[in-house]
Amino acid sequence: MYDSNNIFTKFKNMPVDGIVKTVIVATALCFVCSMVVSFAAVNLKSIQEVNKAIDKQKNILQVAGVYHEGIDVNKTFSSFQPLVVDLNSGKFTDKFDPSIFDDKKAAQDPLLSVSLENDPASIGRRTNYATIYLLKKDDGSLDKIILPIHGYGLWSTLYGFIALEDNLNDIFGLQFYQHAETPGLGAEVDNPKWKAQWKGKKLNNENGELMIQVAKTQKYKEHHIDALAGATLTSNGVDNLVKFWMGKDGFKKFLNNLKNGAA
Amino acid sequence: MSQTRKQLLVDPLVDNNPITLQVLGICSALAVTSSLNVAFVMSLAVIAVTGFSSLFISFLRNYIPNSIRIIVQMVIIASLVILVDQIIKAYAYEISKTLSVFVGLIITNCIVMGRAEAFAMKNTPFNSFVDGVGNGLGYSLLLMCVGVVRELFGSGTLFGITILDPVNNGGWYVPNGLLLLPPSAFFIIGFLIWGVRSWKKSQVEEREYKIQSLEIH
Repeated sequence: MYDSNNIFTKFKNMPVDGIVKTVIVATALCFVCSMVVSFAAVNLKSIQEVNKAIDKQKNILQVAGVYHEGIDVNKTFSSFQPLVVDLNSGKFTDKFDPSIFDDKKAAQDPLLSVSLENDPASIGRRTNYATIYLLKKDDGSLDKIILPIHGYGLWSTLYGFIALEDNLNDIFGLQFYQHAETPGLGAEVDNPKWKAQWKGKKLNNENGELMIQVAKTQKYKEHHIDALAGATLTSNGVDNLVKFWMGKDGFKKFLNNLKNGAA
Repeated sequence: MSQTRKQLLVDPLVDNNPITLQVLGICSALAVTSSLNVAFVMSLAVIAVTGFSSLFISFLRNYIPNSIRIIVQMVIIASLVILVDQIIKAYAYEISKTLSVFVGLIITNCIVMGRAEAFAMKNTPFNSFVDGVGNGLGYSLLLMCVGVVRELFGSGTLFGITILDPVNNGGWYVPNGLLLLPPSAFFIIGFLIWGVRSWKKSQVEEREYKIQSLEIH
């Protein structure tokens, strides 16, 4: 057995700026620090994941209009049914488990997404599979459907949800849960007054043409959302991304199928 | 010991404030002061990091080889910052979303490095800890002052509670949008430095040059 005291005194007596001591100190410090950091990261990971999930659920509840302060998010969310939709065929798919399927990851995966040629929302790649949420009434019929949407505004990609009524044409609400638009201008997409405009607006006209529009001037009252003052580019971004996701490259096929009972 | 512990803690608040006197750590002060909640959490994070990094660096000060001392300090500071970032993400998720990258940027905050290099490398652990916390508090005080002005006049609220009812929600107050943007913090910090230096004349820096009076012949 070696004498530990001896090693310590030897270490202490080394010249502080010598190569040996420098290497020992650097290695030991890096080792200890990496232990601390990885210990914290691993231990806190589960709490962080839960936070992320609750945050997303909370946004789904908000867009569906059932959220209020102090509600048990997890419990209320259990009345929502998550399902994965194949956007190309416009039908539900059971290839993936909807409770863990990650749309954002899928959009990066060449096997699960397509590169867009017509890309008004500036998202580059679009996932082929999207997680949607159904809220059912007590008798089991459809109450609301919540669809994920995203697209580029002025500074950032806006991620959000749009909720539709059971006729799949009337908008119930729209909400973004992640963006980095200008505070006071583009970030007013979070303003409750502005968001309230979406309620009751219709996506398509009687001929099934997509008419919804975020613009400064009103063409058709039931399809018109007032653009944000002083935030033209963010408004254009929202306009483009809603049109994209509600259009033929987005959920239109699926919504039509669902309407005809063929999804 | 030329300074008592109390002085170590209190001096950085006004007399030796890291922002107004030393003019350090400005960048994060611009970024995180648009709302008080965020500024408050950022303050706590900075206090924790300056305090504990000074403490650990002071513990190790006799073993840190001079040639790699800055890197050693950085490693300690960076580890602490990651730790704080992870904790905020786990226990204050909403706020961590707004703070995003700025917690990580505490690593590059000159106040932390400045205290490590100027104080912790030469003083005992406990004094270094007090000094670190004091400087963190000084930074926080300024952050909160700037935050009060920006949030109150920029969005009409304090800590998210409506004080001045903004027009967008049907009230009477027209928020000053400039105050929500980072440049406004420059003006406010500028005014604060002016104010503090008019109050405490000793903080006024000596001019590096003087304008000569010219005699006309």
